[in-house]
Amino acid sequence: MLADQQQRSWYQRIRARHIPKAPVVRNLLLAFVVGGSLTAIGQIFMDFFLGRGAPLEKAGAYTAVVIVLLGALLTGLGIYDEIVRIGGMGAALPISGFANAVTSAALEYRREGWILGVGAKIFTIAGPVLVYGILGSIVVGIIYLVLRIPIPGGTG
Amino acid sequence: MEYVWAFLIGGALCTVAQLVLDLTPLTAAETMVLFVVLGIIASAFGLYQPLVKLAGAGASVPLSGFGNVLVQGIFQELHKLGPIGLMTGGLTASAAGITMAVLFGSLVALAFRPKG
Repeated sequence: MLADQQQRSWYQRIRARHIPKAPVVRNLLLAFVVGGSLTAIGQIFMDFFLGRGAPLEKAGAYTAVVIVLLGALLTGLGIYDEIVRIGGMGAALPISGFANAVTSAALEYRREGWILGVGAKIFTIAGPVLVYGILGSIVVGIIYLVLRIPIPGGTG
Repeated sequence: MEYVWAFLIGGALCTVAQLVLDLTPLTAAETMVLFVVLGIIASAFGLYQPLVKLAGAGASVPLSGFGNVLVQGIFQELHKLGPIGLMTGGLTASAAGITMAVLFGSLVALAFRPKG
């Protein structure tokens, strides 16, 4: 009985030694660098649109479109999946990662046809972001209305 | 200087997301949803717009910025249109990104073959 337990704990020690530790610190650093670089690239476009006289929100929307375009294009070329492999959430969290999710689904399900493949499944991964974004934001709006909280940004 | 802030804030948000992915059972897709919801909550308390003013794309490009756009869009249309803005504001403000993701995603599926 005791020998059995000893043997088991010995086995667990050996086993623990051979399971690779998740390289958490390395993952965090890579996520920081890749994510920071993508958003800094976004800032280049943001400055361009602000410089042409667009207000902050419009410049933000134009920037989102450019980053989405880059994300989709790099996904088609097979490059963005590599960036995700290296940068993890650093590549997935920026809106180019959203474009990557949409584009990957479109590419993958194309063989199931344009309607029931691409059309039905393009939001397989990105859909939850939209659903909970819509639900969450409308809840905030309802709370503001019901509690009669003054709505910010009246002059815009 | 604005590039430093964009890099730091964008990088920091992604680092926190990576921490969630590595240390909790959440998947990447669930972490993305979590950040949209966090962005919505921060925006509701008026905390996200100052971050956008400071860090620009560093705050608006990560998905928490998408949540912020939805809430700010609702606020704006509530001002402009009244209660109907509750239904129109979020998607109006975020339409460009969503529409172009569908267009570019479909065009890429038309032009490229999946790898592997």
